[in-house]
Amino acid sequence: MTEPVTEPVTGPEDTVLQPGDLVGGDAVTGGKFGVFGGRYVPEALIPALDEVAAVYEKARTETAFIREFDHLLRTYAGRPTTLTEVPKFGAEAGGARIVLKREDLTHTGAHKINNVLGQALLTKRLGKTRVIAETGAGQHGVATATAAALMGLECVIYMGAVDCERQALNVARMKLLGATVVPVTNGSQTLKDAINEAFRDWVTNVDSTHYLFGTVAGPYPFPGIVRDFARIIGVEARRQILKLTGALPDAVCAAVGGGSNAIGIFHAFLGDETVALHGYEAGGRGLETGEHALTLTAGTVGVLHGSRTYVLQDEEGQTIESHSISAGLDYPGVGPEHAWLKDSGRAAYHGITDAEAMDAFALLARTEGIIPAIESSHALAGALKLGRELGSGATILVNLSGRGDKDMGTAMKYFNL
Amino acid sequence: MTSLAAVFEKARSEDRAALVGYLPAGFPTKEGAVAAASAMVDAGCDVIEIGLPYSDPLMDGPTIQDAVHRSLTNGTRIADVMRTVEGVARTGAATLVMTYWNPIDQYGAERFARDLADAGGVGTITPDLTPEEAGPWREASRSAGIDTVFLVAPSSTEERIGIVADCCTGFVYAASLMGVTGARESVGAAAEGLVKRTKAHTALPVCVGLGVGNGAQAAEVAAYADGVIVGSAFIRRLLDAPDEAAGLFAVRELAAELAAGVRRR
Repeated sequence: MTEPVTEPVTGPEDTVLQPGDLVGGDAVTGGKFGVFGGRYVPEALIPALDEVAAVYEKARTETAFIREFDHLLRTYAGRPTTLTEVPKFGAEAGGARIVLKREDLTHTGAHKINNVLGQALLTKRLGKTRVIAETGAGQHGVATATAAALMGLECVIYMGAVDCERQALNVARMKLLGATVVPVTNGSQTLKDAINEAFRDWVTNVDSTHYLFGTVAGPYPFPGIVRDFARIIGVEARRQILKLTGALPDAVCAAVGGGSNAIGIFHAFLGDETVALHGYEAGGRGLETGEHALTLTAGTVGVLHGSRTYVLQDEEGQTIESHSISAGLDYPGVGPEHAWLKDSGRAAYHGITDAEAMDAFALLARTEGIIPAIESSHALAGALKLGRELGSGATILVNLSGRGDKDMGTAMKYFNL
Repeated sequence: MTSLAAVFEKARSEDRAALVGYLPAGFPTKEGAVAAASAMVDAGCDVIEIGLPYSDPLMDGPTIQDAVHRSLTNGTRIADVMRTVEGVARTGAATLVMTYWNPIDQYGAERFARDLADAGGVGTITPDLTPEEAGPWREASRSAGIDTVFLVAPSSTEERIGIVADCCTGFVYAASLMGVTGARESVGAAAEGLVKRTKAHTALPVCVGLGVGNGAQAAEVAAYADGVIVGSAFIRRLLDAPDEAAGLFAVRELAAELAAGVRRR
């Protein structure tokens, strides 16, 4: 077993954001990742999407913008986040060396703050005074409400009524931060319906409003912008793990709902051919039950929420409702760049059931004193399986995308606490 | 079966705007939709748009969402949409399908275009299919001999209006306001300007939809547009009716009021 790290692995030399970290480039392909992505939206929204794309393309190379974003990431979000090696947890993963990227330690408790701060800065550059957002687990909603409070923007959050119930604590946080939370009662009353409702608001109020999209899905330019703002996770982690272990990891693991935390940690490793990239989707009650969110593993290619990607749908294109114990992964679509990474073979995607995720959730808490988000627990469960496959010589980097405080209600019920 | 070209030709010769009514297939029931659309044609609708119910209608307001939800709960499938088109086309009205892109994508563009033409449909309106992604659909529609209608909006730049209009056959759909479907107190102030701007790019008829719900509004729009599109107001009548007979009476009454409106330009 590897000794726990005693030396801090972050320091002033781990510059958070550097020119070039906001890679952009999606404008060249019209937001296409192979055959995936693009724009399937009402024509009324095209000018707004074009404006966001143009403002971002300009901002991403400007020193002033990079400095401003970097300043917020350091002094507000709490970056860089540390790596934590978890040997006792690793012992359960075939003795593999497991290293966590601690996004749970960011302000607001999840990686979502990275994207939100970037887009809040864009909102100011767009000259808009109001932001709207969708949220599943409530983490993106809380992060958006936080950034809106910080920057003096009006904020409205759309959240499925079912999710409002299972994430009541986050609803209260958003309200406290000054946001209006609108429970969405149509359809499956979860994330996909919240996205529909946010689009309806946007098309009505587009003059004053920026849709602060929370994941790497949706129409161009959102998948690329959200990826760039989340990309800092992998940029830091790559530097840090090289410093910690002297080598690149054998594998990087992340949970995949819409896919922003996964793209965030994967992207900096895309060029490292020896590093395997593994995404873990919510298997819910199991593939055979039909109650899951296995978009990449069991879905087919179609169009949802403005983008061509893998979708859980029937043969006539009607969206099939997803299920997961984790609200943040309960989504029948996925970001188009993941669809492309899957089809190109660069990343592999697997399912983790509710039960496997909850076991990993409890295991990390007991062995290492870290309570992860249930979303992140899917990545942890994946790392347990992968570690047993790869054995004790392997190093596995896991994106611990958020903390589990918000999930205590679910955990109390699940474990009879 | 009447072509869109013939509809607008006739309306022009009568110095009036055409009246376009929308209903989703399968609402209030599979048979009820044909009966309601037939009543609308009977009372003066020139064109009927049959909505293809979709699980994620992100351009639609609460009224159409509600109707579509009921239709999907009734088990409406694409075969039912085609049967509805067949029933409505038999009335002699030009019959279109209005649908989000994914159902066509999954059904297969060529197959959908062919089946729609076989059912007597004359074209489609695809509100979330942008010109950039529309190539395969335009090709399939051309082969099947059906029209492709796309939307312009008050936010559209001159360049975009030109691009969208170039993709349209039959007519151009001008959204009267920035927002989702649904009847409103007044028609968007931007509508007239948008019709003018669109006409600068195309010789096709331009029809105005979103927010039109009564005879006075129809007359107001008919003063500058080639067609007036009404959807949610018809659905509202059906939703509010105590039974099917009352619903049919109510949509007939509304169609007659609107038909008088488009003749008062």
